[in-house]
Amino acid sequence: MRTPRPGPLPSGRLLSRAMAGVGGRPGHTLQLEKAQAVNTTGRATIGHTEMEYFIELFFSGLTRGSIYALIALGYTMVYGIIQLINFAHGEIYMIGAFTALIVTGVLTYYGWPHLAIVLMAAVLAMFYAAAYGWTMERIAYKPLRDAPRLSALISAIGASLFLQNYVLLAQTSDFLPFPNLIPDFAFLDPVSNLFGTTDFLIYTTTGVVMALLTFLIKFTRVGKAMRATAQDRHMAMLVGVDVNLIISITFVIGSTTAAIGGVLIASHVGQINFYIGFIAGIKAFVAAVLGGIGSLPGAVLGSLVLGWTEAFFTGYVSSDYEDVCAFVILVIILIFRPSGLLGRSDVQKV
Amino acid sequence: MKSCASKLCLSAIVVFVAVFALSGVGLAQDTIKLGVAGAHSGDLASYGIPSIRAAELVVKDANAKGGVLGKQIELLLGDDACKPELATNVATKLVSDGVNVVLGHICSGATKAALNIYGSAGIVVMSPSATNTELTLSGEYPNFFRTISYDDAQARLQVDFAKDVLKVKRVACLHDKGDYGKGQSTLAKQFFEEAGIEVALFEGVTPGAVDYSAIVQKIKRENVDLVVWGAYHPEASKIVTLMRKKKMDTPFMGADGIKDETFIKVAGEFAEGVFATGPRDVSQNPLFIAAKKAHQEAYGEDPGPFFTEAYSAALALLNAIEKGGSTEFEAVTKALRSEYVDTPVGNISFDQNGDAIGIGFSVYQVKNGVFTTVQ
Repeated sequence: MRTPRPGPLPSGRLLSRAMAGVGGRPGHTLQLEKAQAVNTTGRATIGHTEMEYFIELFFSGLTRGSIYALIALGYTMVYGIIQLINFAHGEIYMIGAFTALIVTGVLTYYGWPHLAIVLMAAVLAMFYAAAYGWTMERIAYKPLRDAPRLSALISAIGASLFLQNYVLLAQTSDFLPFPNLIPDFAFLDPVSNLFGTTDFLIYTTTGVVMALLTFLIKFTRVGKAMRATAQDRHMAMLVGVDVNLIISITFVIGSTTAAIGGVLIASHVGQINFYIGFIAGIKAFVAAVLGGIGSLPGAVLGSLVLGWTEAFFTGYVSSDYEDVCAFVILVIILIFRPSGLLGRSDVQKV
Repeated sequence: MKSCASKLCLSAIVVFVAVFALSGVGLAQDTIKLGVAGAHSGDLASYGIPSIRAAELVVKDANAKGGVLGKQIELLLGDDACKPELATNVATKLVSDGVNVVLGHICSGATKAALNIYGSAGIVVMSPSATNTELTLSGEYPNFFRTISYDDAQARLQVDFAKDVLKVKRVACLHDKGDYGKGQSTLAKQFFEEAGIEVALFEGVTPGAVDYSAIVQKIKRENVDLVVWGAYHPEASKIVTLMRKKKMDTPFMGADGIKDETFIKVAGEFAEGVFATGPRDVSQNPLFIAAKKAHQEAYGEDPGPFFTEAYSAALALLNAIEKGGSTEFEAVTKALRSEYVDTPVGNISFDQNGDAIGIGFSVYQVKNGVFTTVQ
């Protein structure tokens, strides 16, 4: 009936035991625990515990930050190219997760091998999300390209609400369990008290996506055209850049990264519903602004700063006010660096 | 000339309003209007839909038997999505539609927001699921009744179980900062401290966040014997999943907010062993069996959460109108407080505060993917 209470470890061996693969929490019998109770109240292991706790919180913040970053990257790239805050980006992320869930369900039914299901789900999620991103740009943003920026912003909010309600009506309002698509890597077992397999994949994917996008924009022909479009759309057209195609490509790439995020984050969280895109999107937007919207490394840095602020505040003060603290930090940073941590302060074009 | 025209206009308006008002009164007399308010859409719809179905089944039966006081009963639905700001709109709409009694609302916050509107219109409200203690014990809402125990009773049971069966020494109380969650956790904390058990952690988490590993690490550091979760199932399944993935075997206990099949469906294998308190098991009650069978026949599936309480509330409300001989506020409340009625939750009546006499909570544990009663 009663699970044994995990007792505190003897002094001095905590960190080494944790690293050696026992997760730092071997179960003690109740009697032993009671016998130790007097000794442990003083928390003799304070030095090691504090250090380990700090590291644990560091990784918690890294997970949160990387999740924000996976979404923020697409946000900030679209902004960088066409100066549009694409509020529907979070919804594309949600659609990616839903597509992956449906594909997984169908393929599991047909008895496909596990790895094939994961790959197929990810590929189809990316494909679907890209199609939605492309269509959304054509329907909601392209007709408004020469309209005032506020009109495009309102259109973006409209697209976001439309997609949310579309999924709500076409699918369900319930929380759905998202299957754990990613098998646990054995080599991560020793550090499973710090971070799991999905956390690890989220860290690495965030890094890889950021590197690939930076490479794409800095060193490829398409990237050159993107930068030209960002600088001056009309001039770019005059020198032969197909601006419409470039903007569509931007949306397709942004949506693809959102879908990758959707699959990974949903696997990590283990549940999805139609509303997940909104909350994650808002936080990612904040992170992108914090880092300097339009800057890819800025999006990642801003996300990590936000994630760490929340994790350390929760860990050392109280989770009741983690959002308050995160936004106080945001305001302070924006007071001193109005264009974000890594943003450039552009002079308004006349 | 101008003033003459405006007078004519004014009198025309007065006549129109009077005609509509009279016709409204005329319509209201034809049927007894039972309002059903709660979350019928949104992420908490799984708590609200069962109450509509319960009301539909009860009303179908009652109408087939000739109605109440010789009148047919009509259902008026109002969807508040568990949001207080929508609940006031729903209440205003139901009152203006001439509702006689209301079954609802579902969530405590929404119920509290709506109650004064019903109160000033003299309408009795009975919730199958709003467990916030203040709703009855504060005495502010004489028109409010419920067929579920309040949080105090549930928290008391949680603390007794933790102390006597689990024999815990240190606990962590977590909630989602909402009306229901924070109320539940504050009570649990108070009772734990009175029982001499240390509450090492008392915190609210942000609902809907992408990751809860920081708070899980904090729980782990505090080295508690039990985590008591006060709020709803979506965050509970995230937290319990993370705890188990980080190889923590600390027992986890929730209240009726997680005693929902969705919790087990979402948390999967990690739900095993989780404790939850919820309304007492009434599976042997013949009325319960009949209500469940009617639900299966009408909707082709097992009833959802709070269906039984909602079914009982609908029965109690109609019974009170019948016994009171009128839909007037005084008559209905007097009948509710004096008459006993057989319902799927047992033979119940109501005390002066509006709480049902003859109901209670039990402790459940997830075993092999189902909530089973812990003896």
